[in-house]
Amino acid sequence: MIFDYVTLKLIWWLFVGLLLIGFAVMDGFDMGVGTLLPFLGKTDEERRVIINSVGATWEGNQTWFITAGGAIFAAWPLLYAAAFSSFYIALMLTLFALFFRPVGFDYRSKVHDPRWRNAWDWGLFAGGTVPAIIFGVAFGNLLLGMPFQYDADLRVTYTGSFWALLNPFALLAGVVSLSMLTMHGAVYLQHRTDGEICARAKAAVKASAIVLIITFVLAGIWIATGIEGYKIISMPSPNAAFTPLAKVVEKSAGAWLNNYTLYPWTIFAPILAIGAAIVALLLSAANRTATAFIFSALSVAGVILTAGLAMFPFIMPSSTSPNSSLTAWDAVSSRRTLSIMFWATVVFLPLIAAYTSWVFRVLRGKITVQTIRENEHTSY
Amino acid sequence: MPSAEVVDLSRLQFAVTALYHFLFVPLTLGLSWILVIMESVYVMTGKPIYRDMTQFWGKLFGINFAMGVATGITLEFQFGTNWAYFSHYVGDIFGAPLALEGLMAFFLESTFVGLFFFGWQRLTKVQHLGVTFLVALGSNLSALWILIANAWMQNPVGAEFNYETMRMELVSFPQLFFNPVAGVKFVHTLAAGYVTASLFVLGISSYYLLKNRDTGFALRSFAVAAGFGLASTLSVIVLGDESGYTTGEVQKVKLAVIEAEWETQPPPAAFTLFGIPNDEKERTDYALRIPYVLGLIATRSVDEKVVGIKELKAEHLKRIDSGIIAYEALQKLRSGDKNQEVLETFAKHKADLGYALLLKKYTPNVVDATLEQKVRAANDTIPKVWPVFWSFRIMVGLGILFLFIFSCAFYFCARRDVHHQTWLLKLALYSIPLPWIAAELGWIVAEYGRQPWAISGVLPTFLGTSNIEAGKIYFSLAGFIFFYTFLLIVELYLMFKYARLGPSSLGTGNYHHEAAGARA
Repeated sequence: MIFDYVTLKLIWWLFVGLLLIGFAVMDGFDMGVGTLLPFLGKTDEERRVIINSVGATWEGNQTWFITAGGAIFAAWPLLYAAAFSSFYIALMLTLFALFFRPVGFDYRSKVHDPRWRNAWDWGLFAGGTVPAIIFGVAFGNLLLGMPFQYDADLRVTYTGSFWALLNPFALLAGVVSLSMLTMHGAVYLQHRTDGEICARAKAAVKASAIVLIITFVLAGIWIATGIEGYKIISMPSPNAAFTPLAKVVEKSAGAWLNNYTLYPWTIFAPILAIGAAIVALLLSAANRTATAFIFSALSVAGVILTAGLAMFPFIMPSSTSPNSSLTAWDAVSSRRTLSIMFWATVVFLPLIAAYTSWVFRVLRGKITVQTIRENEHTSY
Repeated sequence: MPSAEVVDLSRLQFAVTALYHFLFVPLTLGLSWILVIMESVYVMTGKPIYRDMTQFWGKLFGINFAMGVATGITLEFQFGTNWAYFSHYVGDIFGAPLALEGLMAFFLESTFVGLFFFGWQRLTKVQHLGVTFLVALGSNLSALWILIANAWMQNPVGAEFNYETMRMELVSFPQLFFNPVAGVKFVHTLAAGYVTASLFVLGISSYYLLKNRDTGFALRSFAVAAGFGLASTLSVIVLGDESGYTTGEVQKVKLAVIEAEWETQPPPAAFTLFGIPNDEKERTDYALRIPYVLGLIATRSVDEKVVGIKELKAEHLKRIDSGIIAYEALQKLRSGDKNQEVLETFAKHKADLGYALLLKKYTPNVVDATLEQKVRAANDTIPKVWPVFWSFRIMVGLGILFLFIFSCAFYFCARRDVHHQTWLLKLALYSIPLPWIAAELGWIVAEYGRQPWAISGVLPTFLGTSNIEAGKIYFSLAGFIFFYTFLLIVELYLMFKYARLGPSSLGTGNYHHEAAGARA
């Protein structure tokens, strides 16, 4: 254990952020492609082109989601317990929508009936769209604070309802998330296809990027002017092990901007979110699709970092019992577990990046109607 | 304290989703290696029929794999959604193997599985074989980490309670990794998966042979399955599962319950072959016993005893008393009284803290428990006997049947006389579902046999649930039952469709349904 506890806690805030960004960047475009599928593909063959543009790699991409979930369990077990049980219905809906992805990809083209195929196309649409909205709504609610508290045994209870999650600010965050992933998916599709689909994808990039920029700015203004943030009044040394109830937290107007005034360099995150989206839009218009994809990914990272940095060190503030709020200092595992998981991540994440790149390189190139016809029996 | 309704619903939902997920896991574990074997032969001999075999069985693998992926996420989510206190209490230990599963195994399997299906023309033969191998390795490593997590629930080594954070924390990762229960479970589960996949391939190949079509393809597939299946069945029997039962407290209980061993017998104990366990009277009616056998199997000795249920209950009663002392000390520690005496008392008794928590069902204060309440809690430490007793016996019986099938299959393969053994072909075909039944029963033995604990001796199941309304669980349970039923119908429809179609589904033009005229 070469790091002290507080350093490990900080590293794990960065790692969870990294895994979430990895998920949004890698699985995000698959989800965006799912959202676009019924609209950009007019015929069965066109839809097969769209599906096969992500068909061979989406499974590995979804693993970012599963691994991010596992890493949160291991590194932030308190968040895992509190957030998953609080967002119960929302997560179940996500889960039901996600069922349609693995089976949708694999089963859709195994039967010729157009009704069968059309039904699975909408399943894939749901599998991309529902999670994209719900993740945004969840982030919106985290920024607002969630009604939950701990009792003396540290059992967590959420006192809100499912419908309370669907408040105007959270829904706006849902639109940010959906437009962001749609943009990302559209850029990817523009890169991997040609002809009509490519042209439609280009139009989708334009529309979704503009929606993203507008809603992101709106959400920012809302946070700056209309939402109370949270701040820590007192707590034990962050290098110690303690429970969430050991600190004192207060709601405070404008607190979500404190980090940005305290550490002005953090302003790069919102600038990246907007700036990279604009650059991606321009590059897409100029048909520089590969570079456009990189900037779209940077924009996704910027959006997530903006929210994360605004809240730091909070990860799940409590609106009804602010002291119960979870932070990067007290939602964490023991020093030993954080240390072991640190080394595992440092070894395996680069390895994953390496073989994932190799797989993408092997499968590179445009997917066309011709490709589908030539591989009738093996394509999705 | 969650209500009994929430606890029961949470358990039911977990059982439904875990048993359902486990319908798809064994086939993935085993079929991936069968694909590796077939493709290796292709790479070595260059005969295209082995490529066709890899691709066709790969298609069926894909249909099954998709369901495994879809239903696997449920289980990861569910620890947080429905078992929040469990996740909070032991996440420091339990979360690590789950995260490592993602990083080390699931990424590998999922990244390369796409290349398995779509990489045939983009990779060299050897490269593609490597990809297939990595898929198999990934899926098997995945099982390793999941079973390390599960084994820790059965035998929680390398961890202790930290009163500062009010939860269990990891003290030794090597102990967690090298948990003896994990090793036994891993080998047993893998071998069970290999048997499942072998019988699947054997049975479907038998169907083609019975129909007298694509016989070259079917005979080769049959031979691979017979060899792999025989080796796997033998390893289940030789390596055995019993050695795990002498380790850990819950395993002792499980052994006693499996064998309906009410009294501790003078060693070596007799084995109850059949009988009707009677929980109320604590005896087995109409028991048929074979002397010495249980002692020999379970302890591998003639002088060690197998502890009976009554004796275990008495031991647990003592541990409940000790746990109450730990609980009392913990209350003092939490109220700030950290003098040396309290710390020492807590350190001495904290291993039994979980036993005191069993009393929460009867008295929230724990320390004021009456003798009657303690006795009830001690009785709770033994799960109902008959489900475990019978699940185990049916599972073992099926195992013996599989050994018979694979031995015959192997024998007739070696004599090159499979085709005429109609009885064997029919037996193999109709036995296809049986390994699934054995696997599900195995899950019941392992997990129902762990009750009343979520973590053996540490955290009772009824305390592990989330504080949520029953209505929410009714909603999710209804959703799971609806979607899972729908998906199962779709999956079985496709599985039957492609299994009937056989290698003709590859579109190579070389197989039965593609022959001249068949298309018209």
